[in-house]
Amino acid sequence: MGKITLKHVNKSFGDVAVIPDINLTIENGEFVVFVGPSGCGKSTLLRLIAGLEDVSAGRIEIDGTDATHLPPAKRGLAMVFQSYALYPHMSVRKNIAFPLKMAGMSEAEQEKKVQNAARILNLTNYLDRRPGQLSGGQRQRVAIGRAIVREPAAFLFDEPLSNLDAALRVSMRQEITELHQSLKTTMIYVTHDQVEAMTMADKIVVLNAGNIEQVGSPLELYHHPANVFVAGFIGSPKMNLIGGAEAAKHNAATIGVRPEHIDIGEGGPWTGTVGLSEHLGSDTFLKVEVDNIGTLNVRASGEVTLRHGDRITLAPQAGRLHRFGADGKALA
Amino acid sequence: MARATSPRRKALTTLAAWSVALVIFFPVLWMILTSFKTEPSAVAMPPQLFTADWTLENYAEVWQRSDYPRFFWNSVVLSLGSTLLGLAVAIPAAWAMAFVPGKKTKDLLMWMLSTKMMPAVAVMIPLYLVFLKLGLIDTRIGLVLALMLMNLPIIVWMLYTYFKEIPAEILEAARMDGAGLFKEIVYVLTPMALPGIASTLLLNVILAWNEAFWTIILTTTKAAPLSAFIASFSAPQGLFYAKLSAASTMAIAPILILGWFSQKQLVRGLTFGAVK
Amino acid sequence: MSTQSSRLAARVMVAPSVLLLFIWMVVPLAMTLYYSFRLYRLISPDRTGWVGFTNYLWFINAPEFWLAMGNTLALVGGVLAITVTLGILIALLIDQPVKGQGVLRILVIAPFFVMPPVAASILENLFMHPQNGLFAAVSMSFGAQPILFLQDYPMWSVIAIVSWEWLPFATLILLTSLQSLSSEQLEAAEMDGASALNRFRFIILPHMMRAITVVILIQTIFLLGIFGEIFTTTQGGPGSASTTLPYMIFKQAIAAKDIGRAAAGGIIAVILANIVAYFLMRGIGRHLDT
Repeated sequence: MGKITLKHVNKSFGDVAVIPDINLTIENGEFVVFVGPSGCGKSTLLRLIAGLEDVSAGRIEIDGTDATHLPPAKRGLAMVFQSYALYPHMSVRKNIAFPLKMAGMSEAEQEKKVQNAARILNLTNYLDRRPGQLSGGQRQRVAIGRAIVREPAAFLFDEPLSNLDAALRVSMRQEITELHQSLKTTMIYVTHDQVEAMTMADKIVVLNAGNIEQVGSPLELYHHPANVFVAGFIGSPKMNLIGGAEAAKHNAATIGVRPEHIDIGEGGPWTGTVGLSEHLGSDTFLKVEVDNIGTLNVRASGEVTLRHGDRITLAPQAGRLHRFGADGKALA
Repeated sequence: MARATSPRRKALTTLAAWSVALVIFFPVLWMILTSFKTEPSAVAMPPQLFTADWTLENYAEVWQRSDYPRFFWNSVVLSLGSTLLGLAVAIPAAWAMAFVPGKKTKDLLMWMLSTKMMPAVAVMIPLYLVFLKLGLIDTRIGLVLALMLMNLPIIVWMLYTYFKEIPAEILEAARMDGAGLFKEIVYVLTPMALPGIASTLLLNVILAWNEAFWTIILTTTKAAPLSAFIASFSAPQGLFYAKLSAASTMAIAPILILGWFSQKQLVRGLTFGAVK
Repeated sequence: MSTQSSRLAARVMVAPSVLLLFIWMVVPLAMTLYYSFRLYRLISPDRTGWVGFTNYLWFINAPEFWLAMGNTLALVGGVLAITVTLGILIALLIDQPVKGQGVLRILVIAPFFVMPPVAASILENLFMHPQNGLFAAVSMSFGAQPILFLQDYPMWSVIAIVSWEWLPFATLILLTSLQSLSSEQLEAAEMDGASALNRFRFIILPHMMRAITVVILIQTIFLLGIFGEIFTTTQGGPGSASTTLPYMIFKQAIAAKDIGRAAAGGIIAVILANIVAYFLMRGIGRHLDT
């Protein structure tokens, strides 16, 4: 079981409130991603749940019992760190067995669990190596192995893929997702990369300056961002945000339209000049300098034969326009 | 320095560097050579680098006359004992300062170092009296304590700089894995910092071995180490050069050998991590 | 990594070190302070009492006091100047591509492992001795009179002995620092047209400043208390020519058996050390922050 509830959790370092007030429930078995720009408090929040930092006020419950003042080891959670935090002086086997040894488990039982974890993670042939002799992806798997053997109530991941190269990141992303599907254990995953958040999460928690901006499934956030911050943060390339007179026409302080929701063709309301264009084959990204509005990013399917300086008209797709009020919140 | 240099230049710099190194090393070399001479050839004019009548007699005589093994054993006990005790006190302190730093940590480290600036002579009398009152004069335990306290600031500093290079995440991982503070230090921190702890140990053994003020003030015979032993040899007039050299060689040989084996780690340790 | 429990643990773990050092420093210091205001002579133990600043006044007005102060500073300053200057030069030399660099380092570091009484008595007897010393032999082979080192140049002799002991330390730390300088930086400077001298002045020397500060700090700590080398060689003489502050205190305590005056001298030495420490700590504290 792994239901985690945060009630009015607050964390300050000195006079600085890193997390002013957070309420959040993470259901058993969910894959929850905390995402936000650096310094938004997502790692601090994870460390509060782990027990590596004290809350300044509020309550943390794990499976209904108060864990606010329990030391990390007593919370039944396992953590995978950004640097993997493997013990360099121990073999892979000893690394994975370390939490079991600390729990006082018998050697035979330890070995059985280590073998099992190694099989799941394809580490069987590496058990006698030191972490220094492994590749980045293998180290990552050892760190995960050390977490699984404990059979924790929940896994905590702190930006675990940020030290890997792009190709490895994609495959590890998939491995972790598959692991979640087979273990069905609660996972809390911190990242600044919204692509990781979108592809892995059951539920995304968008954080900004220590506050939760929005909680929801990836597609909810994509289709119905609750405010300008989420609108700009989720989705790649970024949503175009337009203010001023153009927004006023729609009775909003700001309007937003995603690059993929702008059509090129005759009869659109916006006219502009093509600037930079990036041809990816499957898609073409255009920067268009639109009269009276500014630069818009446009994503067109396939190959588009427009060149620098061409004049085009653009039309936002019907119903794909997001309207935000002066306070940044979405308007119905 | 991956650049190719002309062989001529290399030969010249090699010659210059070796000359300088030999000049610096020469007193040690001369002492060792003299220790194998007879007393007359030790003071022969003009001096001879090598003599025909080399002998081990000086060593034999120093050995018989002075109870060298006892001084040697005292040196071993005092330097090793004070360093191990110092490590036991300093490892927890360095852990705290490296991994749970506060606003005052830097001041505390500076204060510790500043205690070493107090001239030993200035507090010689009171300390002697305290030791006398406690019955610690000329006891190994008393000297171990004094040497430990003398080197404690350096031990804490060195360990602190080594510990700071260990990522805090690894200790946090141990904590998540269920290790308590004691296990965290024993199973994770200490093995990871072993090279640093070893070089701290070496340097402080050397400093304690070579300490020649407190060992002379606070001992008479029973607990006197080699530094006190050599002081008793230090006023010979002319005729005892070979024996003086033999005794000196015997006093410094163990540490010279130990030091040569570990010089790389020593240099790093001594800079308190300030020079990489 | 700071929860309340870990902060509490940290305090508990630091406590023994702090407490021990505090006792080690404060108890003797307090006793020294107490004696410095007392009449306390081992020759006449019955006559005791408070004497105010008499001991201090005697100490400061003693004919050799300012000489001893000057000698102390000359010893610290002289050894620092010699070891840092020679250390830089030797480090630059050894850092060149030379054969057998490993063995060279071993030869150069050797004096550091020689205990002070051995260093002093070997250099005094085997080298500086006016009849049997090696230097005397060299002088005589040129037909000159042997130099009476300890007689005529006592302070310089002490400075030379101490410098020999500390030169390896300075050299090796400066060498370590030199070797961490990226050769690309030097090559860039060369491309920019900097001469060898300018490369040293504008690239190498600034890079070594941190190491130089460390050398100065650590050596000063040890140099302020230098005692054994003087005790073994000149015994502060001839007259008071090589008496330093620590040695003057020692003479009061051991030869004159006047504990009160020695204690007053001790307090003065502590004040001097604190003044020096204050300036040094400010210097190194800044360097260690970065």
